[in-house]
Amino acid sequence: MGVRLEIYGGTDRIGNREAVERINLDAGDILAVVGPTGSGKSELLADIEQLADGDTPSRRIVRLLVNGSAPDACLRASSVVATLSQRTNFIMDITVGGFVDMHAASLHKESGAWADEVVLLANTLCGEPMRENSLLQRLSGGQTRALMIADIALMSDAPVVLIDEVENAGIDKHQALSVLCGYGKITVMATHDPILMLSSPARLVMSEGGMRSLVAVSPEEEKCRATLSALDAKLLYARELLRKGGTIQEEYFA
Amino acid sequence: MKAVIVAGPPSSGKTAVVVHMARQLLAAGEKVAAVKFDTQSSADPDLYEERLGIPALGGMSGYLCPDHYFVSNMEEALDWGGSTGAHWLFIETAGLCLRCAPHIEGVPAVTVVDCLGGVQTPAKMGPLLTLADIVLLTKGDLVSQAEREVIAFGVRSVNPAAAQHPVNGLVGTGVLGALRALRAFDDHAASFEGRKLRHDMPAAICSYCTGERRIGHRFQAGSVEKLYVPETEGKGANGGSTA
Repeated sequence: MGVRLEIYGGTDRIGNREAVERINLDAGDILAVVGPTGSGKSELLADIEQLADGDTPSRRIVRLLVNGSAPDACLRASSVVATLSQRTNFIMDITVGGFVDMHAASLHKESGAWADEVVLLANTLCGEPMRENSLLQRLSGGQTRALMIADIALMSDAPVVLIDEVENAGIDKHQALSVLCGYGKITVMATHDPILMLSSPARLVMSEGGMRSLVAVSPEEEKCRATLSALDAKLLYARELLRKGGTIQEEYFA
Repeated sequence: MKAVIVAGPPSSGKTAVVVHMARQLLAAGEKVAAVKFDTQSSADPDLYEERLGIPALGGMSGYLCPDHYFVSNMEEALDWGGSTGAHWLFIETAGLCLRCAPHIEGVPAVTVVDCLGGVQTPAKMGPLLTLADIVLLTKGDLVSQAEREVIAFGVRSVNPAAAQHPVNGLVGTGVLGALRALRAFDDHAASFEGRKLRHDMPAAICSYCTGERRIGHRFQAGSVEKLYVPETEGKGANGGSTA
């Protein structure tokens, strides 16, 4: 299915035209949105979430095209955009398996078959595994995020996924991202993590509420990313070791 | 003037969504007024005036059934709204017992559903939800995407025709979609005279309706219905007998 997301620039908070006039994203694309807090990342995500039509403060226009044409108007209001917020808890009082079944039913999917798959994928993202009969509300923050991510990746029909700081829940962020992007969805990700910023081919830089520039990852940055990833791997290694009760040696980090 | 009736359980975010819709309309140069029906006290009329600078009127039902009070004052609310010169009049209800609905035929009916209410909420809300034209799902930012979709499905199951709009009551995200839907109604209410409620109101016909406070059979008059207690084998400590 050919899905395309088009974002047309509006104005920043001061009222100037946004420097980035247009962004096109196709199925499988990922865009990192970067900028200090208060720079307008969340407003941009909100504009995408409600498919702004020049009627938000930014005056941006966001269009979603499926096979070249806009989907049915009634789809606008329903879930064409899935959002992974910073929540780390569920509120429903039900087991993991029951919840996945219920979600499947609400999406008119066959029940029964999904729980296995979703739990299996979720368990590749978090530390301690969850089971189908685990209570949703008893899951740890990391398990909760892992289940939310697996659920969006496998179950949600929304062709666009918005991610608010995937790095925040103590889960495997690289695996989480590859899971979310691996199903042909368009991913827009607000992040403060330098490696995640460099893991999309281009990053959108925000300031004062405006889309300031679209910076492509340069060959040199590719190399930097390798270095940073190695550093990050060391940090993650230390984290894994320490939280499993192990000790670490200085020479590994020299 | 376009009148909009906004209903929903207490603390579901009715006032918050009206404030955000009003803010958008004001920014577009339109005039807005609001009427808030409540039971005991309400800070909302002041809140509307202070935050938005729009004319606002409050009605307290006190010891009366809030829904009866509401429907008895529709004409007055509409006349007052007209006198302010507003283009839009939001009429917000207290929304309490879920037995009836304040929605009126031909008047845009908005019902607010709180995503934190849990999975059974849509089924419990009755005519308040089943008779709405537009359903605003609030506090969706406090639950996961999957939970939002399950709740949306629950709403769709009891009211397939309603347009659903997720709205964030804190920052106002999503009210634009709701406003687009509201603008699509070309209803301009000059008068409510002769219009009909979409659902009948609950009866208020027993002695307690008229101020009785004592408990016991001999103080109960009018239409009284008793709890059905199934017969139990034997008459142990929990068996009991009914007089």
